[in-house]
Amino acid sequence: MDALVNFFRPHLLPLVYAVVIVALLPLLAGYIVLLERKIMADMQVRLGPMRVGPHGLLQPIADAVKLLIKEDIIPEGADVLIFWLAPLLSVTAAMLAMAALPFGPAFQIADLNIGLLFILGISSMGIFGIVLGGWASNSHYSLLGALRSAAQLVSYETAAGMAVVSGLLLAGTLSTRRIVELQAQQGVWYAFLAPVGFFVYLVASIAETNRAPFDLPEAESELVAGYMTEYSGFRWALYFLAEYTNMVVVGAIAATLFLGGWLRPFSGTRALDFLDYAPSLLMFLLGGYCFYRVPKQPVRVQGGVLAAVGLLCLALAGVLGAVLIPPLADTKAAVHGGFWFLLKVFLYIYVFMWLRFTFPRYRFDQLMRLGWHFLIPVAIVNVMGIGVALVLHWQWHWGLAPALVVTTVATLLVAAFLARVGERRQKPLVGET
Amino acid sequence: MPSPYIPIFIFAVLAAAFPAVTLILFKLIRPDMRAVGAKLKPYECGVPPEGGARGRYSVRFYIVAILFVIFDVETIFLFPWAVQYSVLGLYGLVTMFVFLGILVIGYVWLYNKGALEWV
Repeated sequence: MDALVNFFRPHLLPLVYAVVIVALLPLLAGYIVLLERKIMADMQVRLGPMRVGPHGLLQPIADAVKLLIKEDIIPEGADVLIFWLAPLLSVTAAMLAMAALPFGPAFQIADLNIGLLFILGISSMGIFGIVLGGWASNSHYSLLGALRSAAQLVSYETAAGMAVVSGLLLAGTLSTRRIVELQAQQGVWYAFLAPVGFFVYLVASIAETNRAPFDLPEAESELVAGYMTEYSGFRWALYFLAEYTNMVVVGAIAATLFLGGWLRPFSGTRALDFLDYAPSLLMFLLGGYCFYRVPKQPVRVQGGVLAAVGLLCLALAGVLGAVLIPPLADTKAAVHGGFWFLLKVFLYIYVFMWLRFTFPRYRFDQLMRLGWHFLIPVAIVNVMGIGVALVLHWQWHWGLAPALVVTTVATLLVAAFLARVGERRQKPLVGET
Repeated sequence: MPSPYIPIFIFAVLAAAFPAVTLILFKLIRPDMRAVGAKLKPYECGVPPEGGARGRYSVRFYIVAILFVIFDVETIFLFPWAVQYSVLGLYGLVTMFVFLGILVIGYVWLYNKGALEWV
C-alpha cells in the first residue's frame, strides 16, 4: 500500500487535472453546442434555444439527460462488438490528445518532449472509431460516410502535418510548453512569422474535424448522417462528444503553436500591462449583464438561474482580479494563462462556426482537389520557404523579418500559380456548360 | 525524475473508462425497451435495404490511402529534421531540398497522370 502511495505521490497534481478534464469536457462540449446554436441563430436573425433555462442556458444538460436515457438500438446485421467499441475508441482518442496540451503554465498533465507529435498521433487514432463504426453498422449510408471521412481525414492530415512542421522549424522543439515559452522570449506569435502555415492549418483542421464547409462525411442532404446514421442515444452522443473534443484539440494546437498559447497579447510590452485587467473586467461586465437581465425573465426560477450564472461570472472576475494584487502575484500566470488560452481556443472555434454558417458545402471532388492540388503543395513549399528564411537568418545574417517576408511572398506566388493551374485543368462536369 | 508517461497512462485509463462506465451504467438505469421489427433494419429512407452494405466501393479510396502513406511518412521524416534544424543549418536545408525534391517530382508526375483527380 505504501509503495502504491509513494508511486502515485509525484503524480497527484496531474491526476487531479486528469479528473478535472474528464469531468468537465462533456460539459464544455455541451456548452459549445449551445454556443454554436446561439451564434447560428444570431447570424440567421433568430433567437435560438430560449426555453430551457434563461436564454437556453440549461439546454445542454437537458439534452444530455435525454440522450442518456434514450432507447439504444443496434441494427440487424451489425457487428455488435465493433459497433460497441467504435464510439468509445473515437472519444478516448480525442480526449487522450488533451494530455500534452498546456492549458496554462501550471495546468498540464504531462510536458512530454515529443508533445506535439503525441497529440497529432493520438488524435489521428480517432479515424479508426469512425471507419469501424461506419463499417460495423451494415448500412450503405454509414459505410459511404465512413469511407469519405477516412479519405478526407488522411488527405488533410498531410497538409496539417506540414503546417505544423512550419511552426516547428521556428521553435525547434516538440515540447508544447517550450514552444509557448519560446514565443514569449521572441516576443512574437508564430502565426505572424508563418502566416501561410497558420492558414493551411486552419483550413486543414476544419476538414479534419469534419466541420462545414467540409462536412461531407455527415452531409445531411445526401448521406442522412454519414457514419453515425445507425447510432442513437448515448452512442451517438459519444461521437458528438468526440467531434467537439477534436475541435477543442485542434483549437488548442493552433493556440499553442501559432497563437502564443497562454500568453497575453503583447505580453512583452510593459506599456500594455493594463491588458491584465481585461479578463477580470470582461467577466465583471458579463456578470453585470446577467444581473441586468434577471428582472426581465418571464419566470422567477429562470431569474434565479440567471442570477446564479451572474454570481459565477462575478466570482471568476474576483479570482481573475485578485491575482493582480501583489501578495497573490505568484498565481497570476497560472490563472490568467488559463483564461487567455481558453479565450484563444474559443475564438478559433468561433471562426469554425463563422465559416460554417457562411459557406455552402463543398462537393467531394472539390474537397479532394482543394486538399491534394492546393493545400499539400502549398504546405510543402511553405516548409521549404521557412527553411530558406532561417538559413538566410543564421548563415547570412539577414534579419528574420525580411527573410520571412521574402519567402512568404514567394510561397504566395507559388500558391497563386497552383490555383491558376488547378482552375485551368478543371474539367467541366456532366451537365455543366 | 518521475516519468511523464505515468500520468498519461492514468489519464488514458480515465478517458477510456468514462464513456464505457457511463454507457453501462445508463443501460441499467434507463427503461429496458427491446426494439423489434422494422426498427432494427438499417435506415435507408424507408425503403428496405437492397443487399448487404459491405460490398465493393470505389477504387479511388485505395489510391488516396496509398498516396497518404507516402506523404504522411514524408511529414513524419520532417519532424525530427525540423527539431534539429538549428544544428543542421545549411546542410540540413540542402538535404531536405533533395528529399522533398524527389517527392515533388513524384507529385508532379501524379498530378499530370490525373491520380489526384477524383472524377
